[in-house]
Amino acid sequence: MNNVFVYCEIEGTTVKDVALELLTKGRKLANTLGVQLECIIAGSGLNGVENQVIKYGVDKVHIFDAEGLFPYTSNPHTALVVNLFKEEKPQICLMGATVIGRDLGPRVSSALFSGLTADCTELEIGDFDMKVKNEAGELVNKHYEQQLYQIRPAFGGNIVATIVNPEHRPQMATVREGVMKKEVLDENYKAEVIRHDVAKYVPETEYVVKVLDRHVEQAKHNLKGASIVVAGGYGVGSKEGFNMLFELAKELHAEVGASRAAVDAGWIDHDRQIGQTGVTVRPKVYIACGISGQIQHIAGMQDAGIIISVNSDPDAPINTIADYVINGTVEEVVPKLIKYYKENNK
Amino acid sequence: MSLKIVVLAKQVPDTHNVGPDAMTPEGTINRSALPAVFNPEDLNALEQALRLKEQFPGSTISVVTMGLPKSAEVIREALYRGADKGYVVTDRPLGGADTLATSYTLAQAIKKIGEFDIILGGRQAIDGDTAQVGPQIAEKLGLTQVTYAEEIISLDEAAKKIVIKRHIDGGVETVEAPLPLVVTVNGSAAPCRPRNAKRVMKYKKATVAAERSAEEQEAYAELIARKPYLDITQWGAADIDCDPKQIGKAGSPTNVKAVKNIVFKAKESRTLTGSDEDINNLIVELINEKIIG
Repeated sequence: MNNVFVYCEIEGTTVKDVALELLTKGRKLANTLGVQLECIIAGSGLNGVENQVIKYGVDKVHIFDAEGLFPYTSNPHTALVVNLFKEEKPQICLMGATVIGRDLGPRVSSALFSGLTADCTELEIGDFDMKVKNEAGELVNKHYEQQLYQIRPAFGGNIVATIVNPEHRPQMATVREGVMKKEVLDENYKAEVIRHDVAKYVPETEYVVKVLDRHVEQAKHNLKGASIVVAGGYGVGSKEGFNMLFELAKELHAEVGASRAAVDAGWIDHDRQIGQTGVTVRPKVYIACGISGQIQHIAGMQDAGIIISVNSDPDAPINTIADYVINGTVEEVVPKLIKYYKENNK
Repeated sequence: MSLKIVVLAKQVPDTHNVGPDAMTPEGTINRSALPAVFNPEDLNALEQALRLKEQFPGSTISVVTMGLPKSAEVIREALYRGADKGYVVTDRPLGGADTLATSYTLAQAIKKIGEFDIILGGRQAIDGDTAQVGPQIAEKLGLTQVTYAEEIISLDEAAKKIVIKRHIDGGVETVEAPLPLVVTVNGSAAPCRPRNAKRVMKYKKATVAAERSAEEQEAYAELIARKPYLDITQWGAADIDCDPKQIGKAGSPTNVKAVKNIVFKAKESRTLTGSDEDINNLIVELINEKIIG
């Protein structure tokens, strides 16, 4: 009862990184709250799957293993999570802000009438005071202890909002892959493993959607793991401008990323978008070319070691977090970076 | 054979084009500085609806929105592009709603509209990027859902089945789902067709009651008597039988504890020009310090 739960997404029979990252975060939250960490894994052919997660500090693993639970479809997974939560009454539930988490989370929150915050960038525990009406209709202060602070950029990234759900449980949040860090807690950690009777949780009538065809590709790039990232924003100006960034990236053995503005302009694939609604990167060097630096973007790269900003606007917000600011246009500066790198790196 | 289609639309501040005047000196949002637009992915959803209507002549498209009376603008826009009927849910007690209260309210409005075969909406709105309202409406109506839809491949009216291509992380899948259902459409789906000039002429005077000033009432009454399609349906919470506990602030489990402006922890940065000398020196320094190379 009252524990922290993580819904672990899988591909085939492999638990995804985003889930392992959430387990690490969930373990910390559970420690702060003095409760246990539990997780749910649902799919088909899941023998031994618990070994992938327990070492992250999970106290109890709930496994739902049945035909029809992989690939994921909305209704059966909603049913098993909702029915399990009715029994277990968790205080917190975390899911990946992935296609699956963003499909499942809202349905579960609607069924349980609980609050859900999407795409959180930080999660913390703290107190909350709210003015509520008492029986006499007067406004009085109500104090809530140890609430989950769900922190996310909002309103196009111009502000950061802290959301709490004081009156409803579970407190639900989704987090994108790469935002939290996964860390093995203890290779010999011990957990209770429960293999549930799926039929008790998921009526046959819930299997309504059939997956006819499914095609998953390996990522075309390794943006998340790159030690140098060359990223372009609106200031790159065109698709051709990005070719120049690819050339610089090739020289530096770097990967190319982009801001949402450049993706929206159609200059580069959306899977290279860095930021709150894209990939989070932690490279050694981040070269921001023509990126103004909206908070959504900063949220996805602020942990970079050295930040170099190339921008014709000296007041671009990104310059305030940059180690080196080069005042100039992308068109002018990037070819020079390529030229002098080639000359000096012999 | 015809379909009854509902399209969900939202009027949103254009957060993709936030200028420097978007924030007040006090750090609050200057909403008047942001133009209101048709949520982009809702337009992708409308296009899918219009394609179904072409494929199944006699189908009707009803567009529903919730917001201020001004949000009738998105209804007019949808009528210009081929929708048949519009509904604006607007009422003071509905204000302050989070996604759960919003989905409840819209689900009540959809029930009031009556029968439907498919509900289409954008995957998410650009002012919140939560992608929650579609699935929550589906849950409230007891329907299944297909999110992140790219294209409706086929629809079999007799068998009440639809085949949809959708995005998943790192790929695509094709699913078959029963009607009725909720489908949320991705921004990468086909863009919405433009306005039709004849329809603009026909619907440009379409309004909801709350948009009409006291002086205009009489003229509109006369106009609507002749052309009833110019009266966009306006509903308040009571018109769609909303439980007061499930709407607005009361029906929203989430509370905003704090909102703050972003203050970046400024680093000590070195500013360089784009001159050959500055760039050369920088590259040499980065290579010498083994930061690159």
